[in-house]
Amino acid sequence: MTTPVAEVVNAAPPGVQPEAGARGASLMEALLPPVVALLVAIVVGDVLILTFGQSPAAVYRLLLDGTWGNAYGIGQVLYKATTLTFTGLAVALGIRAGLFNIGGEGQLAAGGFLAAMIGLAMPAATPAIVAALLCTIGAAAGGGVVGAVPGYLRARFGAHEVITTIMLNFVVLALLGWIVSAKIHVPESLHTPEIHSGGVTRLADIMPIFHGSAANLTLLVALATAGAVSWYLFRTRRGFELRAVGLQPDAAEYGGIDVGGVRWRALALSGALAGTGGINFVLGYKHYYEEGFATGAGFLGIAVALVGRNSPFGIVIAALLFATLSQGGLAVNALVPKQMVDVLQAVVILAVATAVPAVRQSIRSSAKSVARSLMQKTGAAGGGSR
Amino acid sequence: MIALAFLAQTLRIAIPYLLAGAGGVMSERAGLIGLTLEGYMLGGAFGAAVGALATGSPVVGAVVGMIFGGLLALLYAVSALKFKANQVVTGVAINLLVVGLTRFFLRLLYDSSSNSPRVPGFGRADSGSGFTALAINPLVWVGLLALVVIGWVLGRTAFGLRVRAVGEHPEAAASVGVNVDRTRYAAVVLSGMLAALGGVYLALDQHQFTDQMTAGRGFIALAATIFGRWEPKRVAIACLLFAGAETLQIQLQGTQVIPSQFVEMIPYVLTIVALAGVVGRAVPPAALGREESA
Repeated sequence: MTTPVAEVVNAAPPGVQPEAGARGASLMEALLPPVVALLVAIVVGDVLILTFGQSPAAVYRLLLDGTWGNAYGIGQVLYKATTLTFTGLAVALGIRAGLFNIGGEGQLAAGGFLAAMIGLAMPAATPAIVAALLCTIGAAAGGGVVGAVPGYLRARFGAHEVITTIMLNFVVLALLGWIVSAKIHVPESLHTPEIHSGGVTRLADIMPIFHGSAANLTLLVALATAGAVSWYLFRTRRGFELRAVGLQPDAAEYGGIDVGGVRWRALALSGALAGTGGINFVLGYKHYYEEGFATGAGFLGIAVALVGRNSPFGIVIAALLFATLSQGGLAVNALVPKQMVDVLQAVVILAVATAVPAVRQSIRSSAKSVARSLMQKTGAAGGGSR
Repeated sequence: MIALAFLAQTLRIAIPYLLAGAGGVMSERAGLIGLTLEGYMLGGAFGAAVGALATGSPVVGAVVGMIFGGLLALLYAVSALKFKANQVVTGVAINLLVVGLTRFFLRLLYDSSSNSPRVPGFGRADSGSGFTALAINPLVWVGLLALVVIGWVLGRTAFGLRVRAVGEHPEAAASVGVNVDRTRYAAVVLSGMLAALGGVYLALDQHQFTDQMTAGRGFIALAATIFGRWEPKRVAIACLLFAGAETLQIQLQGTQVIPSQFVEMIPYVLTIVALAGVVGRAVPPAALGREESA
């Protein structure tokens, strides 16, 4: 069944294989990515801070004060973590199916855009809960359609999703840019008019202490979605099929699973998850779609999924970690350039992607790996490739 | 006259694509995904600004830019080959890293969050923007020759044969004594230096480094690599085609014939169509992106 193209990048995505492994080492393996991430972030952070001639202790204190040190900071972290939870879940669901969805930016933007369009189309008198629900469904559908296209191309033609999803980002963003600039923008701005209905309650409306922060009840939707994804993956037949295709596509096909169907459904679902994240900005914060609101959040979803090891609970934690870094950058800007945080986030991804497979391998020093390394040594003439 | 101006403008836009496209061919033919082209270009552009500003010489700028690109490529190669990290994750991380590092050092070195001071380039003040300006810029010639030379290297040299072998069938290459990893390291570092030259060209041509100045050009080069089916000659044509479309868009600006956003989409849509195989399927190197699971 494999066309030549389908064989490309058959790299098993990170975090797929270990699930079959022993439960004993699993706790250590689960803790490994965040620990590596934190250690590396601190070391590289120190170097950058010292380069700029500041004291690391002072900068870190400022970072903590500006994030978890007051209600506003906490609210901002929660707001940013909400979007990242959605994009992280999107990447993780894809990886569970053996697919790399790096189209999160476009899917998130499409979701936010459709939510705003539905909010604009409905009269202001629409009951709040109905309006918000319809907008959310629209967001999921918007992202889902953008995800379904590479899913279909993969299932039908074997076109590899890494390239099609990244190329589609540019197509979707250009298309939305055209619609907004040519059709519906508010003069002198890059955003649409405000939605008439469908707004989600801000946290500050319930607890005034959060005043000024963008955190809103979408964060409960994010937590519920994480729970739903967990249930879907591990408690339903469809989820089982999805994981089977991710682990062993050939075996899954032999077992009677429609591999192509699972793949395109997985990418559509992954896109829908990223798209739903759009309501955090559109319904919960600004009440309009604005060009560029999704910038960065889609790609950071890859980092979140990686550090969260593709488990829904881990993703929530990882989203909080990356949101803290993002918000922390703004807090420390008085002492060091906030751009330091961009570097730290990238270094964390690189370190986790690089170090974790290596360390994991050494944890599992079973007879098998000893034998394997012996074989490698004898075949070392070829530079150890396989 | 208009046709000549069109051609000059197309060439000017195409040079960075041709250079980064040559890098894309080199990396992907050796089996490593070229997602990092964007990062190499941005790193190269920043290196050009740093080198040229420190010494006043654009040549030193070009060398520093190439060194930056080579180092980034080495980082990618070490992660992917030595540590067997996932190429997509690593590639995305390296692109983010370059954006962050260039922003950080822009603040540190030039105390700006948007651009560097004016950078000396190859042109003279009176050379304008026509063919004269292009002809006296050595990077234009390097860009025009890059894919020709890469085509010759891949098709006619022992090194090129090894690169193609490790990209198609590393096990077979290893069994006949090719050092797979060393070949890949060489190809990837070369790809980083070539793509970085594309960024060098941008910074020297615009006489400054600006934050995220590559603006997705690395991904257009990747699109050209795939749309050109990994063959240097076809990739060069793809680069010129994409640059021509961009020139057309600039010329049509304000006339409202086609919205610019639709012209922007052309490279990406064509690449998706090519991958789906609607008009002759694009078949990548067989070992592209594969993790060397030990």
